[in-house]
Amino acid sequence: MNHSVIDIQGITRTYVNGKLSVPVLHGIDLQVHKGDFVSIMGPSGSGKSTFMNILGCLDRPTTGSYKLNGNEVATLTDDELAYVRNKEIGFVFQSFNLLTKLTALENVALPMIYAGVDKKTRNERAAALLSSVGLGERMDHLPAELSGGQRQRVAIARALANDPAIIMADEPTGNLDSKSTIDVMNIFRSLYDQGRTIILVTHEPEIATYASRNVVLRDGYIVEDKANLNMTPVQEVEHV
Amino acid sequence: MYKESFLMAWASLVANKLRSILTMLGIIIGVAAVIALVSIGNGVKKDIQDSISSLGSNLLMVMPGAPRTPGVRPTAGSHKSLKVADYEAIAKLDGVKAASPYTAGSYVTIYQSKNWTTSVSGVNYNFQDVNNWTMAEGRFISEKNIKNRERVAVVGQTVVKNLFAGEDPVGKEIRVKNIPFRVIGVLNSKGNGAMGNDQDDAIFIPYTTAMERVEGVDYLRMVYVVSEDESGIDRLQSDIENLLRVRHSIKDPELDDFNIQNMKSIMETMEQTTGTLTLFLGAVAAISLVVGGIGIMNIMLVSVTERTREIGIRKALGATYNVIVTQFLIEAVVISLMGGLIGIALGIGASYLIGSVSGMSTLVSIPTVIMSFAFSMGIGLLFGIYPARKAAKLNPIDALHYE
Repeated sequence: MNHSVIDIQGITRTYVNGKLSVPVLHGIDLQVHKGDFVSIMGPSGSGKSTFMNILGCLDRPTTGSYKLNGNEVATLTDDELAYVRNKEIGFVFQSFNLLTKLTALENVALPMIYAGVDKKTRNERAAALLSSVGLGERMDHLPAELSGGQRQRVAIARALANDPAIIMADEPTGNLDSKSTIDVMNIFRSLYDQGRTIILVTHEPEIATYASRNVVLRDGYIVEDKANLNMTPVQEVEHV
Repeated sequence: MYKESFLMAWASLVANKLRSILTMLGIIIGVAAVIALVSIGNGVKKDIQDSISSLGSNLLMVMPGAPRTPGVRPTAGSHKSLKVADYEAIAKLDGVKAASPYTAGSYVTIYQSKNWTTSVSGVNYNFQDVNNWTMAEGRFISEKNIKNRERVAVVGQTVVKNLFAGEDPVGKEIRVKNIPFRVIGVLNSKGNGAMGNDQDDAIFIPYTTAMERVEGVDYLRMVYVVSEDESGIDRLQSDIENLLRVRHSIKDPELDDFNIQNMKSIMETMEQTTGTLTLFLGAVAAISLVVGGIGIMNIMLVSVTERTREIGIRKALGATYNVIVTQFLIEAVVISLMGGLIGIALGIGASYLIGSVSGMSTLVSIPTVIMSFAFSMGIGLLFGIYPARKAAKLNPIDALHYE
């Protein structure tokens, strides 16, 4: 239990809008160990996005404790959270969220700029990461010149840039066709095989089967948390 | 880090070329206007200085005051109290380089069939130096001419033009108030005086001749005094005041029957006036610079809104408040600095163009250039801070979901 990457104890989140306060999370406990591939599922309104924001250090819980790699992050300032996001969390979003005016290489290098990595190291590492997701040939392309699946692979490379403790993937296949979906999930699967810790938020049960552990959220509570003994293996895709 | 922020800012300016240039335009026009208008103001100032110093900036003009007798008091300068003996006493004072009496009247002058009404002034032989005249032809009035009250005249260019069309005036005979005079010299043109008067429309004759043969008076209209140096001019002025008070038995300075004009103080007044003019022109132009700054703020605010999502992504990836503020502030400052540089080039160009096309003299001053450059940078900072802070304060969650 000492190897918990994420240790969450009784966090709640209440949105205050004028005089109206809306509780969204009612007290969640969750431990994630190094090397876990956790899927988080739940219907709309279950508090999935709110939980995801807190896990990704984009938001703070109203009460409760969140230890990331052993450090309490629930009470950090905005700038301290930015630092944690930069070093410890790699984001993969549904809508890719690449900077449209930067090339694939520059996009992957961006988190390293904020981490203060020098230019040479930055570019070498970004190039290596892009090659590892199969985009070694397209480093100088702008996002608009890439397909959806390729963009998401750039985003995954970017998420790995500062060698983070966890990778947060929020509906990573939501905007992709089925072939690209398999492509991207294969990459997550191989990252799991390399021992990376992955949190995958999705509403598709099929996607959740790639994970080693399935967590289900409903009405602000965790209602189900079980190991997935039947993980979907890496699949062959025919590239046209 | 700052290098990266600068490169990011630069990339976003280049990506929106037209917008960046239009935004710069406000600053360009503002800076160019400040430089061009102030250069016009400085040019006017220099013109006035030059025309005053063409009279000689270390010049004092002693004039009789208005008579203080009972009854109707005529205008200043009409008093008959300033005599040749006063002039002779003034000329002997310490610190006087040269002095000349001056009588003036306006008379019809005739040469053959042409006539021309002009000012005929009686002066001493050294008046040429006192009033900075140079000879175009012939010679100026001599000491012997003065002593013998000779009927000789030196004429200005305007008189030459109106009486002697194409003829050489030297040696010709003209008639002033029907008294024949021989022209012995022609003066070079001095152009317009500080008040816009034509200095070349003048005839100079010996003051002895003027007083006795032309006007029949025993008083002077004025005494021109040149001090040895400019710094001693105020002391010389009070020496003359004291001398004249003693000579005219005046105890109360309030009752002075003379009045001394000091070219240095006239010049100072003029400089003050033109300084105010320059300041006014500069202030008007500075307003357009501020308007340019508001243009920057406007565009930066649009840019922040437009790039909300980009800011959200950057924040999610670990950009802190300072990083975002720096990036947007650098953008604003780069816009205003580039605008400032282009504006300086245009302003200097415009000032030379105005100078060569309109004939107005213009003078670009380096302090103005430096100041307007610094000012434009300050404006970029000032008007960039609000949008930059707005960008940096965005909540990353909201910014990421902004469409």
